[in-house]
Amino acid sequence: MTAFEPWMLLVVSVVVFCIGLLGLILRKNLIVMLMSIELMLNAVNLCFVTFSKMHQLLDGHLTVLFVMTVAAAESAVGLGLVIAMFRNLRSVDSDQIQLLRD
Amino acid sequence: MDFPVLAFSVFSTIAILGSLLVIFKKNPVSSAFALVLVFFAFAGLYALLGAHLVAALQILVYAGAIMVLFVFVIMLLNQDEPVHDLEATGVIYRVVAVLSATALGAVLVRAVLSGKSLVPVGSLTDEKIASLGGNMKAISEQLFTDRIFHFELTSFLLLGAIVATVTLAKRKGRGEEGGV
Repeated sequence: MTAFEPWMLLVVSVVVFCIGLLGLILRKNLIVMLMSIELMLNAVNLCFVTFSKMHQLLDGHLTVLFVMTVAAAESAVGLGLVIAMFRNLRSVDSDQIQLLRD
Repeated sequence: MDFPVLAFSVFSTIAILGSLLVIFKKNPVSSAFALVLVFFAFAGLYALLGAHLVAALQILVYAGAIMVLFVFVIMLLNQDEPVHDLEATGVIYRVVAVLSATALGAVLVRAVLSGKSLVPVGSLTDEKIASLGGNMKAISEQLFTDRIFHFELTSFLLLGAIVATVTLAKRKGRGEEGGV
């Protein structure tokens, strides 16, 4: 019996996920939006590890390894997109993406 | 108050306050450093849960690789003044955003507190994992036997990500306009 219950960790995970979602909605800076996505991915990872502990399985840990790989790929491609956008628009403000063609 | 509860309180407080800093700091560099704090707090929580491999990878992959990528891009873009994007949105937009995030949080917290798991409980208790040779060995054995196909698929994903990133971030040829 651990001294803290799994539901406390799940609540922390939910809180961090919602903060990440809020950042994604509120901010217009694309770099900070990508950071908010990382926050949400981390919250889900914490959820997976907690469920893994609750059910005495290791599948959650394995899923976290794959999520980390996807997160690394996602942030690399996302930051590549940000660089490409900055080159064209001289800005990382998502409101500046308003042209459908050159 | 014994050690796990104390550590849990400290790490979760750091994680939540750090995430708030990430989304409310104006300068992206401050956000990036707050995000490092959050990643370390999460690594502490993983270690508390006995997920030692995940905790180590969290520090290596997130706080090491991904954060370096973020800071590198912030440095590369070299913005003159921070974007005042929080002030740019209207009051109604901000209120609706906070309300919807809070509503989702309330639904999820209720689901967490009253939900019932349908997954059968496995046999890998802490003692069993210790007798198998530790967390890392047990995970590695599952990863390289049952999940080897998924493991190989991630290498395709990473290859695709490398090609996509190089294509996206490549400078244009000499004659064309371009370059950061």
